[in-house]
Amino acid sequence: MATLEIRDLHVTVEADNATKEILKGVDLTVKQGETHAIMGPNGSGKSTLAYSLAGHPKYTITGGTVTLDGEDVLEMSVDERARAGLFLAMQYPVEVPGVSVSNFLRTSATAIRGEAPKLRTWVKEVKEAMERLNMDPSFAERNVNEGFSGGEKKRHEILQLELLKPKVAILDETDSGLDVDALRIVSEGVNRVRESGEVGTLLITHYTRILRYIKPDHVHVFAGGKIVESGGAELADKLENEGYEAYTKGGASE
Amino acid sequence: MAEAPNIPVGSTTAGSIAVAAESTVVSRMSASPSFDVTDFPVPHGREEEWRFTPLERLRGLHDGTATATGEGVKVDVQAPEGVTVETVGRDDARLGKAGTPVDRVAAQAYSAFGKASVVTVPKETVLTEPIRIAVHGEGGTAYGHQVVELGAFAEAVVVIDHTGDAVLAANVDYLLGDGAKLTVVSVQDWDDKAVHVAQHNALIGRDASFKSVVVTFGGDVVRLHPRVEYAGPGGEAELFGLYFTDSGQHQEHRLLVTHNTPHCKSNVVYKGALQGELAHAVWIGDVLIEAAAEGTDTYEMNRNLVLTDGARVDSVPNLEIETGEIVGAGHASATGRFDDEQLFYLMARGIPEHEARRLVVRGFFAELVQQIGVTDIEERLLAKIEQELEASVA
Repeated sequence: MATLEIRDLHVTVEADNATKEILKGVDLTVKQGETHAIMGPNGSGKSTLAYSLAGHPKYTITGGTVTLDGEDVLEMSVDERARAGLFLAMQYPVEVPGVSVSNFLRTSATAIRGEAPKLRTWVKEVKEAMERLNMDPSFAERNVNEGFSGGEKKRHEILQLELLKPKVAILDETDSGLDVDALRIVSEGVNRVRESGEVGTLLITHYTRILRYIKPDHVHVFAGGKIVESGGAELADKLENEGYEAYTKGGASE
Repeated sequence: MAEAPNIPVGSTTAGSIAVAAESTVVSRMSASPSFDVTDFPVPHGREEEWRFTPLERLRGLHDGTATATGEGVKVDVQAPEGVTVETVGRDDARLGKAGTPVDRVAAQAYSAFGKASVVTVPKETVLTEPIRIAVHGEGGTAYGHQVVELGAFAEAVVVIDHTGDAVLAANVDYLLGDGAKLTVVSVQDWDDKAVHVAQHNALIGRDASFKSVVVTFGGDVVRLHPRVEYAGPGGEAELFGLYFTDSGQHQEHRLLVTHNTPHCKSNVVYKGALQGELAHAVWIGDVLIEAAAEGTDTYEMNRNLVLTDGARVDSVPNLEIETGEIVGAGHASATGRFDDEQLFYLMARGIPEHEARRLVVRGFFAELVQQIGVTDIEERLLAKIEQELEASVA
């Protein structure tokens, strides 16, 4: 069973000619089939955790370990991590001019699966996945993220999640900027992947709204660069009622 | 590519639209057009038309010290039936009809060439196979003159291939009769040391259409000067260009479309990718709409994709308009960079770095390549682009 283990992770970033520590000892274990929600105020380091796990070059790991089924993730390049089974649905997916969605998806699926998917079954697979996410077929011919609305970008991220079938999916604020309809469609996509029981999900969010659609097994409160409280779904209800004030007052450094 | 360009360090994009101004396209040249090299002073590098060019790498083409060697360059013309291929002397009346040299090197070429090649497609002859002109450098220095003439309503595709090593200065004339259709693909696939400076002159007959595809991959210095004028109303020119500038290469494309006749069209699209230290691409896009050219419709665009640090782009579109009675006139220039965020996004989907670069560059050129309309050339170009990328990644 796939397990992502994060132990005492410390991460710094260079900003304004100074080194700043953002993650200050994160401990977390995500097993296949589980859904963990990481909730926290702005600036608490949630997104840094997501991008550090994916291997973004902006972040420097200064301490701790991350393993996926015992393999050292921190030793892997960005593409190796993806091929090992990590997936990051990004908050701000970037435009890639000149590369069509259809070409991009196929190239990516080929890399992840280790062989090019058979064309006929692939076309059908993509078409059906797009239909489930209410995406127009013309979408496949557009350039990756170019001119996409906020909702289209997020659907495109979840489309990749469905097609690439990772072992661990990190969803970085996938709910931000979505209206209720789009949020429901995107959440249904995430739930379809979860129902397979084969993915561990790390859901990073500022708001409790998405948790009405995607029920977490565990909720963690993230503040000041680490997890400060963990519990079940009921912890989200508490945050809904009381906000993050209790965690930010005095304690957090940001 | 986004209209708001992401301009890397070492890149300049300038642009201007002058309305009813003094004709700066002409006035900024340091001498009037002439067939005689002595009418042009030896450039020192600060002149407007020479300021981007590394004169010290021209191997003497600009100052009279480059002497033609016997077998400098071999020219081989393969033409389908119905086409006349001739080698003619300097006094042939068809030479120099499409345009006059505008700088010292073009005039030097005109003053120094020995024999010229003239390829003629008779009127109303429609070719189904391309005319292929192979220009192969044998390591020497040469001055050349090539004429391609299409009679009225003739249709032809001409592919000019430049390979090998040479120091070559040339003028190439395209003469299009009324209603003729000519597509010319000029491929600069030189070895690394070659120096190639050429002026292309197209004179487009009434209702004729001219499509030029300039593809520059190789050479140490390549400086091309494609120019278009119209001999009558209703003419159309499409000028496409594609360049891949590697480490240490200087590739310069300077275009001038002179709308001197009413109701003509022009469309210029040049795209280039750059990679490596001291890769330098220059694109000058001049369009002049003279007072007489009412009903003109023109657009010019240059896009550059910078793949690595250390490359430099100078892109200067310039539009001069002397009449307001036109259909449209516009230009755009943008230099974008394949940045770390794009690379991260693609790699985060399992795509290895070299594959990610390939994907982006192929995508960047694909739309332009598809407009060439000559299938075997399109395939060859895509393969060549892959090759350039492989070489860079390795």
